[in-house]
Amino acid sequence: MSANMFWLLWSATLDTLFMVAVSALIGVAIGAPLGIFLATSRKGELFAAPILNRILGAIVNALRSTPFIILVVAIIPFTRLLTGTSIGTTAAIVPLTVATFPFVARLIESSIREVDPGLIEAARAMGASPLQIVLKVLVPEARPSITLGLTLTVVSLIGYSAMVGAVGGGGLGDLGIRYGYQRFMPEMMLAVVVVLIVLVQAVQSTGDKLARHFDKRSRSN
Amino acid sequence: MLQLSPHSDKSAPGGSPNGPQSGHQSGQTDDDAIVRFASAGKRFAAPDGGAEFVALEDIDLAVSEGSITGIIGRSGAGKSTLIRMVNGLERPSSGRVVVDGIDVAAMDERKMRTLRRSVGMIFQHFNLLSSRTAYANVALPLEIAGVSKAEIAKRVTPLLDLVGIADKRDRYPAEMSGGQKQRVGIARALATNPKVLLSDEATSALDPETTRSVLALLKQVNRELGLTVLLITHEMQVVREIADHVAVLDRGRIVEKGDTYSVFARPQHPVTRTFLEGVTGVRLPAFVTEKMTSEPEPGAEAVVKIVFTGPTATDPILAEIGKTLATDVNILAGAVDEIAGKPYGTLVVALDQAALAPAQALIEERGLTSEVLGYVR
Ligand SMILES: Nc1ncnc2c1ncn2[C@@H]1O[C@H](COP(=O)(O)OP(=O)(O)OP(=O)(O)O)[C@@H](O)[C@H]1O
Ligand SMILES: [Mg+2]
Repeated sequence: MSANMFWLLWSATLDTLFMVAVSALIGVAIGAPLGIFLATSRKGELFAAPILNRILGAIVNALRSTPFIILVVAIIPFTRLLTGTSIGTTAAIVPLTVATFPFVARLIESSIREVDPGLIEAARAMGASPLQIVLKVLVPEARPSITLGLTLTVVSLIGYSAMVGAVGGGGLGDLGIRYGYQRFMPEMMLAVVVVLIVLVQAVQSTGDKLARHFDKRSRSN
Repeated sequence: MLQLSPHSDKSAPGGSPNGPQSGHQSGQTDDDAIVRFASAGKRFAAPDGGAEFVALEDIDLAVSEGSITGIIGRSGAGKSTLIRMVNGLERPSSGRVVVDGIDVAAMDERKMRTLRRSVGMIFQHFNLLSSRTAYANVALPLEIAGVSKAEIAKRVTPLLDLVGIADKRDRYPAEMSGGQKQRVGIARALATNPKVLLSDEATSALDPETTRSVLALLKQVNRELGLTVLLITHEMQVVREIADHVAVLDRGRIVEKGDTYSVFARPQHPVTRTFLEGVTGVRLPAFVTEKMTSEPEPGAEAVVKIVFTGPTATDPILAEIGKTLATDVNILAGAVDEIAGKPYGTLVVALDQAALAPAQALIEERGLTSEVLGYVR
């Protein structure tokens, strides 16, 4: 592999990491509170607001059911509005984030719904406020499951970030398509695939380890 | 507020008098009641907008400070709903629930939260946070109350000692047995130094041995901290073991209440009797039950259960029946139990039908009770 190729690969990897990291952060910043709200706002729940719950749930579903590649194109005006362009790494962050936050919201919602309702009952009996119940009971108890969900989120984000390459998003996907496919450099394609595999493996095993660390539900640790 | 000290201040909530009740000496008056239900009722709306479900109706109950009161009833009788009204997890739809002089029905949620700190609660499935150690679980209610870390440490350590699990302080619930978990639950319930402890089937998930030790712990905290305990159960065994008062709940109503001993000795309601079967007294041998009929047949002997309470001896009464009525008395079964610390004996005898009425009169005269169970040939 030539030095030039290596350089290209290196900078594309950094681009990918940048896109993934920023969209994961913003996606979690929006998706986590949304997911917590979705998990606690049905009728009779802590922050009961059934109508808002249904509206937000419908929006989340709509975003989740739109194929990513269509989403990328459909929100180009919005992307332009935010970043001034529709091509490149920064622009790619917008559709990536828009695809991520509903995913995160649903993951967190289901993790929180898995928490034993008896714990909410116990916390209420202690005089906890709804916010205290969320922060001191629901989130800590759901942490192992949330960690696994966020790992999955980052892994899918790596995949999506390669896809935005197809529409000029930059990063590893972009590199693979432009060099590996269009200029027919199979070794570049291979290198891109290898780097993606390594990234996904690293993320997955870190996530698994963290989740195991947080999980005190079994005796084996 | 944060020391392990008995509560000495007596509250004397005024208000409506106790409702009608079946004829037991309740020993619980309104004056020293720390929890009082006055015509309290609870209805749940049907999910489809249909007729409301009446979970509780016309509940009148006074729980005196420092007592252990058992509430017993079948599944669905409304036991959980009843005690959940004490800490406002459930609001009464009618009537009043007064806790430590405060009407909780009228309270807003924010004030209710503060009040809940003076009412601890333990649960059948312990409801401990799996992500927290024993120590951190006990610390939780204090964190919620905004107590400082240093203060929490001062409070939690003696509590873990008190419930006998100091050595488990850094263990997670998954690493503890059921009994140990319930001890953590009890320590957690005591953390905010409550005046009342609510127990919702706290021993139902435990084996008999562990049940006994957990009940002993409840009794201990009741005695040492002057804590009022309100416990619900579907096992008479539990009531017998520690409760000094008992209320029997059936289909949303209190059908019987009073001090444990007299309810056990003279159960008035069929539901109470059903609960008492197999807990007190005797199981008749199969050869008797198989042959027993409910109608007197010619030549059959009457099977009579004699219940003697207190230290009264049985021998004299049997001898007396035998002598004065010149008849044979056959003992079929007998047992002596202990209820609320007092002996409680049951004796089942068979005697001639002709001697039945005078024998029962004799038993009555002695202040004992008798009941005809059936007839055998
Ligand atoms: N939130 C609710 N909505 C509707 N009905 C309810 C609700 N909570 C309780 N009920 C009903 O009220 C009745 C009493 O319930 P409760 O939980 O108090 O019974 P319980 O005596 O504690 O029974 P168990 O021994 O099974 O715990 C039941 O028929 C139950 O279905
Ligand atoms: Mg119940």
